[in-house]
Amino acid sequence: MEGSVSYESHDEQLNFKATELRLGLPGSGIEESAASPPPSTKKRASPEQDSADNEECRSSTTDDETPDLTSRPSKTQVVGWPPIRSYRKNAMQAYVKVSVDGAPYLRKIDIKVYKSYPELLKALEEMFKLTIGSYSEREGYNGSEFAPTYQDKDGDWMLVGDVPWSMFSSSCKRLRIMKGSEARGLACL
Amino acid sequence: MGDDPSSSSQMSEDDDDRSPPLDPSSSNKARNCSSGSGCDYIIPYPDQVLENVLENVLCFLTARQDRNAASLVCKSWYRAEALTRSGLFIGNCYAVSPRRATARFTRVRAVSIKGKPRFADFNLMPPNWGAHFRPWVSAMAKAYPWLEKVYLKRMSVTDDDLALLAESFPGFKELLLVCCDGFGTSGLAVVASKCRQLKVLDLIESEVLDDDVDWICCFPESLTCLESLIFDCVECHINFEALERLVMRSPLLKKLRLNRHVSIGQLHRLMVRAPQLTHLGTGSFSTLEGNPQGDQELDYVSAFAACKSLVCLSGFREILPDQLPAIYPVCANLTNLNFSYANITAEQLIPVIRHCHKLQIFWVLDSVCDEGLKAVAATCKELRELRVFPVNAREDTEGPVSEVGLQAISEGCRKLQSILYFCQRMTNAAVIAMSKNCPDLVVFRLCIMGRHRPDHATGESMDEGFGAIVMNCKKLTRLAVSGLLTDQAFSYIGQFGKLVRTLSVAFAGDSDMGLKYLLEGCPKLQKLEIRDSPFGDSALRSGLHHYYNMRFLWMSSCLLTREGCQDVAQALPRLVVEVMKSDEEEETGEYVDILYLYRSLEGQRDDIPKFVDIL
Repeated sequence: MEGSVSYESHDEQLNFKATELRLGLPGSGIEESAASPPPSTKKRASPEQDSADNEECRSSTTDDETPDLTSRPSKTQVVGWPPIRSYRKNAMQAYVKVSVDGAPYLRKIDIKVYKSYPELLKALEEMFKLTIGSYSEREGYNGSEFAPTYQDKDGDWMLVGDVPWSMFSSSCKRLRIMKGSEARGLACL
Repeated sequence: MGDDPSSSSQMSEDDDDRSPPLDPSSSNKARNCSSGSGCDYIIPYPDQVLENVLENVLCFLTARQDRNAASLVCKSWYRAEALTRSGLFIGNCYAVSPRRATARFTRVRAVSIKGKPRFADFNLMPPNWGAHFRPWVSAMAKAYPWLEKVYLKRMSVTDDDLALLAESFPGFKELLLVCCDGFGTSGLAVVASKCRQLKVLDLIESEVLDDDVDWICCFPESLTCLESLIFDCVECHINFEALERLVMRSPLLKKLRLNRHVSIGQLHRLMVRAPQLTHLGTGSFSTLEGNPQGDQELDYVSAFAACKSLVCLSGFREILPDQLPAIYPVCANLTNLNFSYANITAEQLIPVIRHCHKLQIFWVLDSVCDEGLKAVAATCKELRELRVFPVNAREDTEGPVSEVGLQAISEGCRKLQSILYFCQRMTNAAVIAMSKNCPDLVVFRLCIMGRHRPDHATGESMDEGFGAIVMNCKKLTRLAVSGLLTDQAFSYIGQFGKLVRTLSVAFAGDSDMGLKYLLEGCPKLQKLEIRDSPFGDSALRSGLHHYYNMRFLWMSSCLLTREGCQDVAQALPRLVVEVMKSDEEEETGEYVDILYLYRSLEGQRDDIPKFVDIL
């Protein structure tokens, strides 16, 4: 990830970060400032830029730059490629709100970008600078004070990880990362 | 859209306006017989006879290429053809002015107009480039009071334009808006309420603004003439009760495509009301918030079984895969199935597709994987058109579909005519196999999403694969290339692609020679769109002999200079050469961002935005 800061120990950094007074959205750090400049017109905001919420920060090459066509470009997102109409791209996206207990702002991520629970959880961990730990069917998320939950189509709050990924990604409407005693309570269920 | 073939009404109209009959005494074009015997017999002017005959005969000519040819024979034929053309097709709204078109063709009932270039769909051009419907609707309001049908593609249409349309044409019957924008539910409301003869309202992949207007309520309270109501692209909530009542009072309704705000329970109610449907877009195909348990218990299988005429199924926008078996009763009759918004696995697809023996058109997401495509190949022997879209439109090394799926399709679906295939990796072998197994291919569009990606197995370029396509598919008229391609690929296309009319190129080629091969080799080339390829001014000049035969040329992020484009503009006065910045704020660099050139009878248009320069 571009400009990411690697923490030696999540837990140590965690408490520090959690109590730090900052002006900024939860999860904002060094990597956010390396994001590409905002698009000049609304319609030109490519979905690739919208998904800067992803773990990977992508800079969009503008068409003004003379393309270096002799060498093969590295993997950066390019406007209008692959050629999918924005209508279809938007239809395939599933942005859900993500809240973390104790954080003042919510974030939004596109869960269709992820293919599995580990990918999603890793992205959440990086976005919010916390540890979620590993899932077990019996005990939920052990070893951390955070537990990821989601609200499904029927409005019920469920623990992330119980159902197959594809079922989860099509029914998840909202994510909430619970913290503290409430989260620990889930492990007892 | 071609000419409107509905000849019966037009024949009776034309009878009234026919030129005077061949009665010598009444004909004012008669002249004296000039034979030597000195008789006073007056014969009608021979061209008059010809015109009458022509008008009667030309009514049967519907293909616009035929009509264009007929109009070139002589002035008489030109006039007769102009009087009898009822369907007007404008392939580029800036190639001819509304005034000129309406002056020449005075008895038009159906109009098709296309606007923006296709690459605008992918955000390659700033918005507000043009293609406004306003000047057209204003001219037609005066010229064509009997207008019945309007088809627009990639045009900017405002609510006021729709209001003018609704008010100006009392017999208006069909409105089709494809990839259009600029209007909202207010515009739809006016059309619904004022076009009392409306048969068709089709909104396809258009952006519709939510003005909070309940347009469904605006249809007439009496029985309607509606045969087709397509609004799956409309992202606004609709008044479902009003929709249900509308369906109940539309006995002729055959095509209904719902948007994703219609739940599966609501779908059930509509299907029960309209078992005569032939085309159904199922909306979300899911329980939406607020309709949980009740929806799950309805008998969907019976609802589908009752629709005995259903041949075309789409929608499935938020699909609950568990509900998919409900469609089994109709699968055997389906000719057209669109799963391209349904994120389903191979396992979920297979039980459905193995019933679909008659399927001719199939759109699907790559979530079904190569395995799903194999199942399609095994069952769908009548398949003519396949489109495989990506769930994740990114450049990745691995993807769920590959050369394996393409090979399977080529082996199973021998009648394939059109394919659009998005993948992360491909091999020449699979493409060559398709070129041999599917000789009827007319459209071949392969999008290897990783730019410059070579043959996955051999590491070579994809030249040979695309070469085989143009060599073996003798009917090919549309081609889109991708992957690692050298100038050799273009040499093949120039050499063998003699029928190619539409070509799409991205991140391909080594030098000017690539483009030269195309422009010098493909005599039928009409629409050429190129992006991010190393073609420069010299290549551009090599097409001077051909640009008047083309509808347009688009080149973005290539190696064209302003001077090079200027040379072309100077050499060809009837060409409009537009040069654009892709980003309004950025400074212009050494190369032109976007070149878009097209033939036109009108010269420079008068509605250019700031970011466009016409040379």
